[in-house]
Amino acid sequence: MQKPILEVNGLKKYFDIKGGVFGRKIGEVKAVDDVSFSVMSGEILGIVGESGCGKSTTGKSILRLIEPSEGEVKFEDQEITKLSDEEMRKLRRNMQIIFQDPYASLNPRHTVEKIISEPLLIHGMKNTKERKERVKELLEVVGLSGYHASRYPHQFSGGQRQRIGIARALANNPKLIICDEPVSALDVSVQSQILNLMEDLRDQFNLTYVFIAHDLSVVKHISDRVGVMYLGRMVELTDKDKLYDDPKHPYTRALLSAVPLPDPDVEKDRMILKGDVPSPSNPPSGCAFHTRCPLAMDVCKEVRPQFEEIEDNHFVACHLYGPAVQ
Amino acid sequence: MSIKEKDKQSVDEQSNPSKANQQFDQEDMKVISPWRDSFRQLRKNRFALFGFGIIVFFILLGLLAPLLTSYSYDATDPVNRLQPPSAENWLGTDDIGRDIFTRIAYGARVSLQVGFFAVTGALIFGTILGIVAGYFGRWIDMIISRIFDILLAFPSILLAIAIVAILGPSLENALIAIAIINIPIFGRLVRSKVISLREEEFVMAAKAQGMKNGRLIFHHILPNSIAPIIVQATLGFGTAILEAAALGFLGLGAQPPTPEWGAMLASSRAFIQLAPWTLIVPGVSIMLVVLGFNLIGDGLRDALDPKMKN
Repeated sequence: MQKPILEVNGLKKYFDIKGGVFGRKIGEVKAVDDVSFSVMSGEILGIVGESGCGKSTTGKSILRLIEPSEGEVKFEDQEITKLSDEEMRKLRRNMQIIFQDPYASLNPRHTVEKIISEPLLIHGMKNTKERKERVKELLEVVGLSGYHASRYPHQFSGGQRQRIGIARALANNPKLIICDEPVSALDVSVQSQILNLMEDLRDQFNLTYVFIAHDLSVVKHISDRVGVMYLGRMVELTDKDKLYDDPKHPYTRALLSAVPLPDPDVEKDRMILKGDVPSPSNPPSGCAFHTRCPLAMDVCKEVRPQFEEIEDNHFVACHLYGPAVQ
Repeated sequence: MSIKEKDKQSVDEQSNPSKANQQFDQEDMKVISPWRDSFRQLRKNRFALFGFGIIVFFILLGLLAPLLTSYSYDATDPVNRLQPPSAENWLGTDDIGRDIFTRIAYGARVSLQVGFFAVTGALIFGTILGIVAGYFGRWIDMIISRIFDILLAFPSILLAIAIVAILGPSLENALIAIAIINIPIFGRLVRSKVISLREEEFVMAAKAQGMKNGRLIFHHILPNSIAPIIVQATLGFGTAILEAAALGFLGLGAQPPTPEWGAMLASSRAFIQLAPWTLIVPGVSIMLVVLGFNLIGDGLRDALDPKMKN
């Protein structure tokens, strides 16, 4: 077994809600509430969940783009939440991010050349000619051409922009890339191009991805393992095939049954959830899912289920598989 | 061309979609920088060009004043006082016989200088404070924002009068006062822009790459917030000139015999019925300059706002 490149333990991010005359803290939004997982070197870990479940916050907290409130993040056995700004800055060349919106993630006033060469410059490539060569090389790696370097982002389509974003992330040969919904803002036809590109790059440069998405079929296509999040918590984490063939957590089952099938004649026994996602500022007691769970028991309202390995490499946080039932 | 041939041709054209794309993506495609694009937009705006023309006219008038007139701006001629416009005195003379055209021309220097230095001062300090408040937030933002609130709570001309009263009436002090009262206007503008940009993905991306605060501010945040600053500066030019004229009118700005337009208005208001040109000429000059800057400012705002592109 390979060693994990990234370990996340008990990661929490609470945002304060301020109110009143003097801006006192009157509550907090538990965007990420005790999430733990690890990512092996070279694998693609998918994280899925509906909007507002904290998957993007998790991704950004790992990179400390949002400071985590609690918990530890280990990158190559180095605890990074305690690093100084300068140490963190140097480490960033090894862990990169690809953003969701290719229209917002590129500086509109910079040329592509500047966008891609800036990370090279700040991590020590001072030679202008060397940088130019590298930019050209990177553009070709992501399927663009060297002559695109002198243009501005507004002269590109969404898919092309996302390729530029990928080239920027690759600039310093990172080991880990957090992909924060990299294809959800793109046309379906372009999505597959970008996904294939990302897979090729993984093989070519031996990358590790944390792939955040809300599209289950995209995640199924690209991931090795998949984690499911609900209301700031990881509810299930296992191999892709196990998750899609044999989901354990009722929420995962509901999520999978909502995936549309391309055949209208197939009758499917769908599991439809009632109500809305509760507010993360006032999450339900016990298991956060108990308010909507069709299989909820008394214990679910009171005790928060542990995130445990119930089968080999299959983690679930649900009382159905806990000692209370068995 | 027969229909068949036509069909064949269109099939040929469509057969290679990648080739079809290439016509929009050629190596020699023109690179349009966002700044140049805005400039082109501005050149199409007739009102802005008109405003630009007015300002150029007054700049030339101020610069070429010694060549345009043989009079001195402070030479009195009591015999020829309150003369209407004539071939001798193009715009007439004032109550102690000074040539009004000469005083307007030299006054253009004063007004444009006041506008330039007051706006530059307010812009530099306002931008620095705004960036610090917006970027670092927390208590530092709290302190700076409250100072801005206090400054904005006073009616601006009253505050300017108070500052001049403390420093003593002179053109320099009027200039300082005008700069100070304009600082919070730039400061709040920059602060709000910085706060919104700080959350933008491209700024977060820059941070994720490991950029230091300085580079983040000067390469990513500032260039993207410069557009509203330019617009505000142009509009602020007009206001500053108006405020300087107001202070001059109250006797708190430029001291006689400096040919300041506001002071000229004040000294001639007793002769409004006897010699209206003594009042109309400096009044119209102030109006034209302020109008010119406002037209340019409006044009710049349209040209620099990406949402108003057509």
